[in-house]
Parts: sequence; structure tokens; C-alpha cells
Amino acid sequence: MIEPDIIRDEEMELLLRDIADLYDYDFTQYTRSSLRRRLNRICMLDKFTSFAELRYRITKDPAYLTRFIEEVTVNVTEMFRDPGFYKTLRDHILPTLGTHPFIRVWVAGCSTGEEAYSVAILLKEAKLYHKSLIYATDINPGVIEKASRGIFQAGPIKQYSENYMLSGGTEDFSSYYLSRYDVVKFDEALSEKMIFSTHNLVSDSSFNEFQLILCRNVLIYFDKDLQSKVLKLFDDSLQTFGFLALGSKETLRHSVVESKYKQLSGKKYGRKPVK
Amino acid sequence: MEENQLNSIPLPDKPATEILLIGGSAGSISVLLEIIPQLDKELSFPVIIILHRKAHPESNLSELLQFHSSLPLFEVEDKMILNNGCIYLAPADYHLLLENKGQIALDSSEKINYSRPSIDVSFQSAAVLFKQHTAGLLLSGANADGMEGLRCIEQYKGLVLVQDPVSAEFGYMPKQTLLNLEADAVLKPAQMAFFINRLNKKSNLNELLLYNFI
Repeated sequence: MIEPDIIRDEEMELLLRDIADLYDYDFTQYTRSSLRRRLNRICMLDKFTSFAELRYRITKDPAYLTRFIEEVTVNVTEMFRDPGFYKTLRDHILPTLGTHPFIRVWVAGCSTGEEAYSVAILLKEAKLYHKSLIYATDINPGVIEKASRGIFQAGPIKQYSENYMLSGGTEDFSSYYLSRYDVVKFDEALSEKMIFSTHNLVSDSSFNEFQLILCRNVLIYFDKDLQSKVLKLFDDSLQTFGFLALGSKETLRHSVVESKYKQLSGKKYGRKPVK
Repeated sequence: MEENQLNSIPLPDKPATEILLIGGSAGSISVLLEIIPQLDKELSFPVIIILHRKAHPESNLSELLQFHSSLPLFEVEDKMILNNGCIYLAPADYHLLLENKGQIALDSSEKINYSRPSIDVSFQSAAVLFKQHTAGLLLSGANADGMEGLRCIEQYKGLVLVQDPVSAEFGYMPKQTLLNLEADAVLKPAQMAFFINRLNKKSNLNELLLYNFI
């Protein structure tokens, strides 16, 4: 079922302005077609029958903002999403990363953490986890809290297990978690080297230097200018010879940093060339 | 089919088409393979294809369609520019949206009707922007995705086209749609390319001349 379209362009601009003025969240450079869907969806979920009602609630009720941020951002993710991508990571990237004395990974826009746990599993199997740190960040405090608990719905686990095998995994996937009723809890050893924190790609700056940055299916929600700004942020945060991993349909083409990266084996991996 | 038989479907009296979206599920690849090779090389609008497909980005559906197309055909990447006379295929595991009349955006949010890409989502997104200049064609399929999107196009007074259920490998989707909506034309696969070509501005003109001549 698609949501009825009740929000006009001018109204959306008005609301984004309000939020930027009143709160520390700036959505004015987000992809409009996607935002429009999210706003219509929020109106449906929270039973606002008009745009005016939604706007009133957001501007008058700061407590509602948390809920709004959680729903306006897309938090659809899965473990080992695009198994081919993880296979490249496993077979081609990790062996190179292994030559570093210490590996810092940034999962930007980590949502509820499924990708961070996937990377942790790969690092563990490559026997590199002991010398790694995974920084998992998201704009949304609610999902960071969930990610840090390492508890996921059991429903999609079968799919994750298939993805894991397609990514070249040979262990028994169920050895990484404990099932209880309708949830699974991932082994705490996997989150040992994870640091969870909120980070807003729009307004926050670089906070470390990394060998690998994953930011998959986040840039699609940004317009071209914001994409460039964020790619610059990643570029500033990536060590020479570092790797940048984007979603399968995201691209560095026509971006400011394009010339500094080389795409690896059909996957969206950029690598800084020898300087 | 004979040329005059193809010609017999009246072209609805609608504003010029600025975008055509084709949505299909089970049983629609063979229909596309019949349409695509026969499309005019200089279509005056872009064509967007939304197909339900497995969520593997490595799938070679775009190569297959490319092979049969004389028009440039792209599997969509984020923020791709939309050009007339080009065909755009929604990638697996993303919803395809229109950011503005010249740019496509992708979205990896929740599945709609158990589908990503969802036909409804793309049809709606196009209708909101292109309004009465939107044309939507719904092909064979066995689920419910597509009808609400066509309804949206209908509400904006765009062109509603449905595959003749009798000709569909899976007639459920077109059949349900025809029970609920008034289609501007119900088409068999062999008629589709010809019909689409007649939506073309230039060939519209030719057609008028042809009719006068006859």
C-alpha cells in the first residue's frame, strides 16, 4: 500500500526550514522525492490528517522530534546485504588491511548495526578482529542504542545466514548468536571492539583516520552538493591506501574526489592511488 | 498482426506524453523483449521500467534488455539524469523515484507490497511530478503491486495502459486493475510498441498526415 500524497512542495520546504532553525537537524539538502515519501509515511503512521498538524507537532513539541528523526530517516538494513560485496571485502580488502598494525573501520550511517556486526564477523574470521576497532555511527540516537545491544529480530536470520554463506562464510552462522523466542542476541565478543556513537554527516566533522569506511545506501538520501561535502569528509578521514565502500548503486562519478579513487572489481570500492 | 489491425486502437485524446513507465512482475520479461526492439529510435520521452526481480545486484537483466534495445538502456544509478529517448531500468533492491523532471533518485526504504522496487512507488512519484503528461503501462503479474500507482496516474489525468489479461502469462495483476480502474487502452504485447511509438510527438504528426492521406 502506498501512502496518500498529502504534502506539497512549498510545505515541505517550510517544514525543513523550521526544523533547521529550531533544532540541530538540517534536512534541507536531503533528496526531496525520498523525504516526501517519509513525511507522508509519518503522517499516516502518526495519524496527522494534514500537513499543518504535523508541522504544529514538530515545532511545538521538542519531545516528538526524537520520534520524527527515527521515522524520517530510513533504517532498513540487513546483515551481509549484497553478499558479493562482502565477498570482495573478505577476499580482496581484508588481506590488505591485515598488513596494518591496527585497523580502524568506520560504519557511517550504521542504523541498527547489522552491517557493523557483519564486518566484525569478517574481521574475526580473518583473525584480524583483535587489532581492529569499528566505529559505528548514525544520526539517530534510537538506532544506535539498538545497535549497541546486539539484539535482532529472529525473522530475517535465515536470510542473513544465506547471505553469509554467499559472502564466502564457511562457519556455522548460528554459532554467532543465541536464539531466544523471537529475537537473537549476537555474541558479545563481536561487539567488544565496537564503539557506538551518534554522528551527523551533515554537520559533524571528521573524528579519526580510518583504513576502511563503509557508508552504504546513505548517500542516496542526499542531494549532489551534500554528497560532495560528505565524500570530502570521508576523504579527509581515510588513510592513504584506505578503502571506501558505498551502496551498489551509489557512485563517485562526477564527484570532487572521483580522481583520487579507483573502483575495484565492479564493486563500489575506491582506493587511493600511490601518491 | 497486420499493420491496419494495430492501427485500429484509437489513440486516447490526452496531453502529450512526457514520461512512460512500464511496470511488470511475473511473466513480463518476454513482453518487454517484444516491446523494446520495436520502439522508435527517437522517442520524445524517457521510458522507465520497473520489474520485480531477485535482489541480486549482479543480475544480468539489464544486459539482456540492452542486447535487444536500439535505444540507450541504463540500469539506474543514484541521481542519474533523465533523457528523452532513453530507457531506464530500476535496479534490484531499490525503489526508483523521480527527484525532478530531469533526475532519478533511489531509495532503499521498506518494501511496498512485498516488493522493492515497487511499481506503485515509481508510478506515484512520476505522477506527482509529470501529472497529466504521465503514461503508465502495467504488464503481466501475480500480485497487487501496480494498481494503486496506476490509480495515481489516473487521478492526475495521465494515460493508463494495461496489458490485456488474456494475453498475460499471469493475468491476475492486469485483471484486478481493469476491475478497479478505467484504462485508456488495453493492449496485447504485439500492439504495445506500435501504440507507444504513436505517443511520440514526431510520429503523432506523421500519423495525422497519414490519416489525412488515407
